[in-house]
Amino acid sequence: MSVGAPRALASSGQKPITEILHPLSAAEEPLSVTIGGDKQEVALTNGTPVETSSPASTSSLFNRLQLDDDLEADVRDPYADSTEMRDLFVTVDDPKKHVSTMETYITYRVSTKTSRVEFDLPEYCVRRRYQDFDWLRIKLEDSQPTHLIPPLPEKFVMKGVVDRFSEEFVETRMKALDKFLKRVADHPVLSFNPHLTAFLTVKDLNKRQGLALLSKVGESVKHVAGGYKLRARPAEFCAMGEYLDTFNQKLGTIDRIAQRILKEQSEYLTELREYGGVYSSWVGSEEELRRPLEGVAGCVTTSCGALEDLGDNMSLDFLPVLREYVLYLESIKNVLRKRDQSQAEYEGRLEAAILRKQEDRTPMPLEVEKCQDKVECFNADLKADWERWQSNKRHDFKQLLTSMADRNINSYEKSQAAWESLITLLQDKQTEDKTSETN
Amino acid sequence: MMADSGSNEEVAVIGNTDITSTETESNIINTMVERETALLRKMEINVAEAEKRTGKNTVNMQETYTVYLIETRPAETVPGGGAPAAPDTLWRRYSEFELLRTFLLVTYPYIIIPPLPEKRAEFQWHKLAADNLDPDFVERRRVGLENFLLRVASHPVLSNDKLYFLFLTEEKGWREAVLETGFQDKVDSRLKSLSAMFRVKNPDKRFTAMKQYSDELNTVISQLLRVRARVADRLYGVYKVHGNYGRVFSEWSAIEKEMGDGLQSAGHHMDTYAAQIDDILEEEEHYADQLKEYLFYTDAVRSVCKKHELIQYELEMAAQELVSKKQQREELATGTVRVFSLKGMTSKLFGTESQEQRESRLAALEQSIQEGEETLKEKNTECKEFVQMAWQDIERFKEQKDKDLREALISYAIMQISTCKKGIQVWSNAKDCFNKM
Repeated sequence: MSVGAPRALASSGQKPITEILHPLSAAEEPLSVTIGGDKQEVALTNGTPVETSSPASTSSLFNRLQLDDDLEADVRDPYADSTEMRDLFVTVDDPKKHVSTMETYITYRVSTKTSRVEFDLPEYCVRRRYQDFDWLRIKLEDSQPTHLIPPLPEKFVMKGVVDRFSEEFVETRMKALDKFLKRVADHPVLSFNPHLTAFLTVKDLNKRQGLALLSKVGESVKHVAGGYKLRARPAEFCAMGEYLDTFNQKLGTIDRIAQRILKEQSEYLTELREYGGVYSSWVGSEEELRRPLEGVAGCVTTSCGALEDLGDNMSLDFLPVLREYVLYLESIKNVLRKRDQSQAEYEGRLEAAILRKQEDRTPMPLEVEKCQDKVECFNADLKADWERWQSNKRHDFKQLLTSMADRNINSYEKSQAAWESLITLLQDKQTEDKTSETN
Repeated sequence: MMADSGSNEEVAVIGNTDITSTETESNIINTMVERETALLRKMEINVAEAEKRTGKNTVNMQETYTVYLIETRPAETVPGGGAPAAPDTLWRRYSEFELLRTFLLVTYPYIIIPPLPEKRAEFQWHKLAADNLDPDFVERRRVGLENFLLRVASHPVLSNDKLYFLFLTEEKGWREAVLETGFQDKVDSRLKSLSAMFRVKNPDKRFTAMKQYSDELNTVISQLLRVRARVADRLYGVYKVHGNYGRVFSEWSAIEKEMGDGLQSAGHHMDTYAAQIDDILEEEEHYADQLKEYLFYTDAVRSVCKKHELIQYELEMAAQELVSKKQQREELATGTVRVFSLKGMTSKLFGTESQEQRESRLAALEQSIQEGEETLKEKNTECKEFVQMAWQDIERFKEQKDKDLREALISYAIMQISTCKKGIQVWSNAKDCFNKM
């Protein structure tokens, strides 16, 4: 279906115009389409008229600057798209093992429900393996270098140490893959990426051919000429870098603490089990004390079970999320570096051009303007993504820590209930005995 | 037997469950079921304080030791009226308690004598000091000594002992009074009964069973205390590591905007959580002390059983000797030798004796037999009395043990509930902070 879409801006990468929507459009509503081709009416939702002339012209540059301002305004509510206007739902579930002569691997069911026009059908169901997700991520990174791509769970696992086919490992990985896909689907730009569409819809994802059409790798940012030195990084990007470094440190510390707690709890559990066993063995030599001793042994056992569940949950749900975020931070730092490179290239070219201009009055070359555009757009995309990332991060950690608290509360509650019912049991017996004594 | 048999009051268990349930609410859990003996009706007994002293010991060396203040005051008969009378007080050190107990052990061999708190700290989880001069150890020992005095004071037989009364009321001169009783002579026979290896032909099944039970109880409580100490160590580690969350959340909150406050406050709660373990384990020491008391009690039970064995053995020996003497008499009278005796042999080898010699021998034997019969009667009586009194005390002990340990287990359960509640409270608070992030 053709939409009278505005001209693609260079910042969105080299893609056929029809397949690209302006980043901002997704922030509010799907583009309002006027079929009729009156250019005057084809506008961005924020009302800015779109230049149909060459994107790299100085006038369009002016527009870009305006857009940047509007970008700031939209950034204040990054959640707007994900709450009311979701039209793409994805889920990863149903892991299955496949055994072939060559290899054994797991596939997951990827289900999609959507009302988007880019999709031919409203629902899709395909099977994908980790490799496919990896492919998707690489493609997204290549084609959307100015955006923050969510992380995948770790690719490599030590074959001897971790059982790749154990229920826990598969479930942990599946949850991470589901999260990855959801994050991509919620992203106003990434979710429209054709690679994603292919990933969600194509039955047999053949990576080597067919999709080459779509993978016109944006050479603009990917192959940045090296050797340019950055003069002055804007303060906000410095702040981002510092934040990421500190945050990375703190996450590392939290991971270490969580692991230490797991270890201590596990050792405690071992001793506690033996402790309960001693009460059980004591029962044999007693008569009157039989019931209280059995009761205590039972309560200790219940507490052991509760503690074991707590440990398992923390391993499966808490630690992997922390690790994911560490990977996320790494990939964001990479994007920051690329941005720096892009700015450095622009500054370098600009300097060279200025010198040449002084010498022989050559007009500003196109490349310089292109570079400037790239930098501006990169900065804009990055800032928008950063805000949305911050907001998502806040939500994720709120949830992570709240569930950690919940699990601990749960564990104590189970234990408390057991001890309380023991008291009730023993006190009932006591009143029983008293009444029989007085009789 | 030194007791006045005058006031041998029977146990009147008056609303004991009420006493123990209010006591469990306070932190110091004394599960002593105080039975109304004549002594306790007369006076209240307290070990109120502990103090460090230095002085010269028996080898004239300077040493530091702790003394404990024993307070006694007449039991309140008039309710409500004015301030209670000032107590009589005296100071005693641990070694004097030991002396008292040894005296009681020797004087009442058929009674299970209550144990003293341990001399040196054992079964400690490593954070607790094992130093005898450590204030926590001294405090727990003070409680243990008070417990000991109350146990004796509420015992139907022991509470009437004069020297025990003097222990509570006469600071000077008590030591001399004890030594004057000459009880130390009996100490040897006591030791003999505990260490000797002798076989009883007809063991009393009840006592055998009791000794076996006591050994089993000893084993299981030792095990329990050992494992409990390890459990405490581990739990300490779990709680304390959570304190690290406090610091890292605080550091993290510094780089966050909206999340900062929530994280910071949650961090404080993690610190609170880490601190909880100190009180939790402190309280649990009381439970451990209750178990320890019964661990040491098993030694007292064992020694009563052993004493009985010795008496039984001596009885059997006396009976056997008498039988053998009677047989000898028979042989002398009839001239047949059934039992080998050296005298008979020598007379065979070196010629028979004269009629006179035989008659004098017979007379001596008759005398010996009479004495033997007296001895046998005494031993029999001794044994019967011992069995009766010992078994009575064993029954009393069994009831006491069942009640005390039951209460201890219930209060342990209550402690666990309290621990859970505290944990839930702190994590709920943390959760609220996380929600505000």
